[in-house]
Amino acid sequence: MTKLMEWLFVVGTLGAIWLALLTNTIENSFAKDHYDLLLFSPVIFVALFGLYALTLVLYRVFTFNNCDEAAEELQKEILQAKEDLQKQGFKFKTVQ
Amino acid sequence: MPSTDKYSILLPTYNEVENLPIIIWLLIKHMNASGYPYEIIIIDDGSPDGTLEAAKQLQKIYGEDKIVLRPREKKLGLGTAYIHGIKHATGNYIIIMDADLSHHPKFIQEFIEKQRSQNFDIVTGTRYIGGGGVHGWDFKRKLISRGANLLTQILLRPGVSDLTGSFRLYKKDILETLIKSCVSKGYVFQMEMIVRARQRRYTIGEVPISFVDRVYGESKLGGSEIIQFARSLLYLFATT
Repeated sequence: MTKLMEWLFVVGTLGAIWLALLTNTIENSFAKDHYDLLLFSPVIFVALFGLYALTLVLYRVFTFNNCDEAAEELQKEILQAKEDLQKQGFKFKTVQ
Repeated sequence: MPSTDKYSILLPTYNEVENLPIIIWLLIKHMNASGYPYEIIIIDDGSPDGTLEAAKQLQKIYGEDKIVLRPREKKLGLGTAYIHGIKHATGNYIIIMDADLSHHPKFIQEFIEKQRSQNFDIVTGTRYIGGGGVHGWDFKRKLISRGANLLTQILLRPGVSDLTGSFRLYKKDILETLIKSCVSKGYVFQMEMIVRARQRRYTIGEVPISFVDRVYGESKLGGSEIIQFARSLLYLFATT
């Protein structure tokens, strides 16, 4: 089953349950008492999920490791490499 | 531990005349220190900047058993570069990495040890978990990267934290099989490779890596890369 089919299956199932509750096909006192909440629940769910995703992305952006040490270490190694290669007879192409 | 394992490092290059000597020096240093048998296969796609001449000099210094040159006439796809390199690889494991110094050879030993710990089919470097990270990205670049990554995780649930990374170790036959099953070009090729690997139930290990964005030369992320990414994400969503 492709990911698309999985999504369609889950969304279809949840949608069917939602519609059945809304049209009172499934007898339920909670659905009658909280009709508005039930009606807007998909929108509320998507909005909450969006907020969660946004928070998560921002948190991950701000905690993204900058690897400054790795960059400094690399700069030192580049100098070492150039020196050592020159000793071994490597001719670097001169960049103007 | 006696072992007949050998690691072939594939290094596709295009205009890397400044980076190539440095990356080779680092590879030789760290691979010699690790003690594992290895070879480095340089696949240069007809760089006009003299990358191949630099590679020939390096081959003289380090020997033909360590540095293998497999140049091609002109710039062709990354997938075909790997195929071309594998054909001449004498190792049973293949390591792929970029030659632009963003991937540090010091991590290769960790890849090998990770692979051996649970006999993984693939080990991939990850910038997104543990001690992994990226140097040289601004807020916008990080935001796009993290956003795209989360979207991919939600839609594809690949079970791998870094899909677009190109620092990986593969069992040779598995890499050959995977390349043949992939259709994408460019950097999304790496994403398709790992998603198809998961689809085929290959085992994948992860090693956190520090990614230092291009020291020499330009790193690009423009509108066309984002569109290309979105298209291939939808393609993989619908087909895997």
